[in-house]
Amino acid sequence: MTSFVSALGRRTINFVSETGSVFILFYKSIRYLKQLWASRSLVFSQMLEIGVNSIPLVLFVGVFAGAVASVQTAYQLKGYISYNYLGAATSVAIFIELGPVLTALVIAGRVGASIAAEIGTMKVTEQIDALESLAIDPIRYLAMPRIFSGFIMIPLLTVFADFIGIMGAYAVAWINLDLPPETFFGSVKEFFSILNVMSGLIKAFFFGGVTAIIGCYVGFATDGGAEGVGKSTIRAFVLSSAMILLNDYILSVLLF
Amino acid sequence: MIEIRDVEKSFENKVVLRGVDLDVYDGEKLVIIGRSGCGKSVLLKLIMNLLHPDKGYILVNDIAIKKVGQVDLFNLRKQFGFLFQNAALFDSMTVAENICLPLVEHTKLSKSQMMDKVAEKLELVGLPGIENLKPAELSGGMRKRVGLARAIVMDPNYILYDEPTTGLDPIMAANIDKLIIELSDKLNITSIVVTHDMQSVSKVADRVVMLHNGRMIFSGNVSELKSTDNEVVRQFVNGEAEGPIQPKPHKY
Repeated sequence: MTSFVSALGRRTINFVSETGSVFILFYKSIRYLKQLWASRSLVFSQMLEIGVNSIPLVLFVGVFAGAVASVQTAYQLKGYISYNYLGAATSVAIFIELGPVLTALVIAGRVGASIAAEIGTMKVTEQIDALESLAIDPIRYLAMPRIFSGFIMIPLLTVFADFIGIMGAYAVAWINLDLPPETFFGSVKEFFSILNVMSGLIKAFFFGGVTAIIGCYVGFATDGGAEGVGKSTIRAFVLSSAMILLNDYILSVLLF
Repeated sequence: MIEIRDVEKSFENKVVLRGVDLDVYDGEKLVIIGRSGCGKSVLLKLIMNLLHPDKGYILVNDIAIKKVGQVDLFNLRKQFGFLFQNAALFDSMTVAENICLPLVEHTKLSKSQMMDKVAEKLELVGLPGIENLKPAELSGGMRKRVGLARAIVMDPNYILYDEPTTGLDPIMAANIDKLIIELSDKLNITSIVVTHDMQSVSKVADRVVMLHNGRMIFSGNVSELKSTDNEVVRQFVNGEAEGPIQPKPHKY
């Protein structure tokens, strides 16, 4: 019993300590935003890596997410409601949930894990110490550009995912149900609300930031050589995915 | 001048340094010897404030490095060059970008001036014309010399060498030793060299200190090192299996 309580206490202290460290890293990175212009080449290269290079994967996931949403919605509407509302139902689901969440989960796998692996490798090979010895703060040089790009690029990727998702949904409606485009897109337009799109983008903004912050934190906390880097990669993906889903719930409660 | 006073350092339950006092005088070539794991590299990182002492303090030019703010700390670090054991080159950058990095971050030199400086430092370390290679394309000795070029590109007052000749062939090791002596003599740089390589000690050192079991047990010049009565130092210098030093690493 004593050992259980002691283990629980230790885990609680670790959790609080790590959460505090994540916020400290975030705060220190935010302070470097005033040097954003001076660090523009680092920021642009991270925007390219996190954003532009993720476009093919996001489009692939987006088109099939939209297609599945269309199939599932059509199945649920069958016999109860006219297919004329299929576009409205799928587009709202894509804008507020599927677009931001699936984009963020894909990014957690592709980018969050890669940030942790890259910074973790730098940590175990003394490259982070080398940066410090050259009087360069690793938080400004490594963390700030990645966190800023995470916040900015995930909403942009979500816009792509939303668009291609609706195209995927329409493709299914056209192929399976022979629904004309004016009916499908007419209902999308009729029920379109900018608030739905914005709420999805607000979610994506937070998901992107959380993914990048966790990737950086886990990377900086890496130790133990190649094995440690492997563990950090998995840890970053698992933590990012869990935090995306937790934030999704909190933001959904707050926004709707 | 660097003054190290009563510095202690532990990692979890392992005590590495147990109260080290050491002065490093301007312009000298100080060599720190000792067995693996005795805290030599830790001492170098403490001097750079990459690690923080549990007790004691370090003064660099009378400034307590532990107590300064980040801006002053970075200004102090600009006076240092650090050659890491495995060179710690940035994998994603070319040789030129590695060497240029401190110039890009801390100076307003034009690109051509920076490239001139890179060429000059590469020439100095005997590797002209490799600006566009990546670290993965370099041998161990080349990586160390590029690391040294990066360490000296800001013309520091102090250079800390962490096992500069480990893993190199004897000729390459001799070249690195020669380079350390040249840099120190020509530019009046203060050098602190951590090594196990006794040939290197003989060539480079103005003064040698030995760490053992977390304490400094010897300080003197090379001839004093060779004629010492201290059995621990003698066993280490002569590389003998029998003697007071246990064959296995000491359990702290």
